[in-house]
Amino acid sequence: MSSPQSQMPQAAPAWQAAPGTSFPSGYTSPIPVVRTHLGHAVASEWTKIRSVRSTLWTLGVFVLLVIGIGTLTGVVVAESDPALDGESPLGLGFFGLLLGSMCIITLGVLTTASEYGTGMIRTTMVACPSRGRVLTAKAVVFFLTAFVVTLVSASLVAFLHVAMLEGDGAKSPSGGEWLKGTVGISLYIALLGLLSLLVGSMIRHSAGAITIMIGAVLAPLVIALFMFSESLQDVRDALFEYSIPNQLSVFYANSLSSSGPSGWDPLWIILGVTAVAFAGAFLLQEKRDV
Amino acid sequence: MSRSSVAGMIELEGLTKRYGEKVAVNNLSFTVRPGIVTGFLGPNGAGKSTTMRMILGLDHPTAGDVRIDGKRYEQLKDPLTYIGALLEAKAWHGGRTAYNHLLCLAQSNGIPRSRVRDVLETVGLTAVAKKKTKGFSMGMGQRLGIAAALLGDPRILMFDEPVNGLDPEGIHWIRTLMKSLAAQGRTVFVSSHLMSEMALTAEHLVVIGQGRLLADTSMADFIARNSRSYVRVRSPQRERLLDVLHQAGIVAVESGGGVLEVDGGKAERIGELAAQHRLTLHELSPQQASLEEAFMQLTAESVEYHAHSGTHATSPEPPRQQWGDGWKRG
Repeated sequence: MSSPQSQMPQAAPAWQAAPGTSFPSGYTSPIPVVRTHLGHAVASEWTKIRSVRSTLWTLGVFVLLVIGIGTLTGVVVAESDPALDGESPLGLGFFGLLLGSMCIITLGVLTTASEYGTGMIRTTMVACPSRGRVLTAKAVVFFLTAFVVTLVSASLVAFLHVAMLEGDGAKSPSGGEWLKGTVGISLYIALLGLLSLLVGSMIRHSAGAITIMIGAVLAPLVIALFMFSESLQDVRDALFEYSIPNQLSVFYANSLSSSGPSGWDPLWIILGVTAVAFAGAFLLQEKRDV
Repeated sequence: MSRSSVAGMIELEGLTKRYGEKVAVNNLSFTVRPGIVTGFLGPNGAGKSTTMRMILGLDHPTAGDVRIDGKRYEQLKDPLTYIGALLEAKAWHGGRTAYNHLLCLAQSNGIPRSRVRDVLETVGLTAVAKKKTKGFSMGMGQRLGIAAALLGDPRILMFDEPVNGLDPEGIHWIRTLMKSLAAQGRTVFVSSHLMSEMALTAEHLVVIGQGRLLADTSMADFIARNSRSYVRVRSPQRERLLDVLHQAGIVAVESGGGVLEVDGGKAERIGELAAQHRLTLHELSPQQASLEEAFMQLTAESVEYHAHSGTHATSPEPPRQQWGDGWKRG
């Protein structure tokens, strides 16, 4: 550590020296050579994600939406007369998280796609030529950030709702329900963001990738709404049941439909989709020019 | 392929990059050596940036190979302490501060944090270290890019058009910087579309046009070969003057408009001869063909050659026009 500091002041005046003398052996940097690994890339990505305003904005709006809408729903339900008839109050967190997921999607896309927009990706890839390592580091840093922020917000709202509706005939949620309504839903939303990050890496265009992801969240529900025909009943049900909003609601066990995914199914589904997307993003990144 | 005793060699072998039908870089082979500034010269669109991107492993070559001390770029475990590059102006997120931009690069290569302050100091950006880079001028942007290149104190430095957008003081600064980096034994590979700029900094010259290698020579050789000095002579008694010069063993060439050109610096001798023979001279001026002209000629030839070998229907004129435009802009 001391050698670069002691060397550098010498190096600066040497630059003013007259050129012409050449050293056939080449130059040896006084900076200690480090064999870089994933840890370095993760540290770098952490600096990147925390040093731009868009992270603050998207996560700030996310927390505001989740906690704001959560509080409002809690107040409205507590005021209305036959409140929750023996239902778990955790389900009320659904609305805030559904809207908030848009912020996580946006941040996920920006983490990768914005580097292509600004040209930063070239600087990144020159600093770390292992493209897989860059993608992995981005995925790790983003996933953990998104998970922690979602978990804290969702848990806060959950406690709030349980406390607000305790005397209103709501049932006290079981341990399993607590786990699904906090850790489960947070894992799902963080994975949804990670999927967006991978789509951003494949599309390389922020607006395009955000549109695709928001479309993926909303389109199945909207399309299902317009499938009036009897013959399309099955397709309609499938679109409905596997739409992201419905999968989100499964974590609160108040699915919009009775069949389709249940329990922890949505988590396994998104885990599979994200794994496939990761493989795709990885292969594309290896193949394409930056 | 490379001698292991020499560190800091960039070796290109048959490097080729095709984008569909268009050949951006065509079978390029040359070596960049340590201890000197190597100029990489070519008109706009000659394939300089594409070549540099392939050296850095950003673009995959269609054919051929490029090695840094015998290794491919992606095999370097500590790339920033080995090779630093200024690629294009503002290849970073404008919302990040200069300090944080350099910090994330340093972290990715395990470079001590103290280096960030050192390089900011070196390029003169300490005062704006905590400012967002989107407010930076073109010149400040170039300085930040150079700071990033110097971050790992690498043995190889590559600069793509470093003087772009710099003011005269900045241009002088980067010239001195490049020379001193080379004098420390580093490999300095710098691209430019300005011959005049290269003549002041580079010791070795690699010239490409249309992705093809046109020259790989020392700057001294290039100057000796291409900067012809001659004397322009005009006289109303042209025929008699030609006879007099011929008798004196001086070869004069007519170059249109009644102008005679005599190779070499023989102005005094011609003046004396004219006086002895009572000849009137309207002009007697020593001339030096500029390197810029020599370079334009070199690249223009490559364009013509390309036009002839390609489709016969297209005339060589339009591409030539384009090359000229590139020069004027510079």
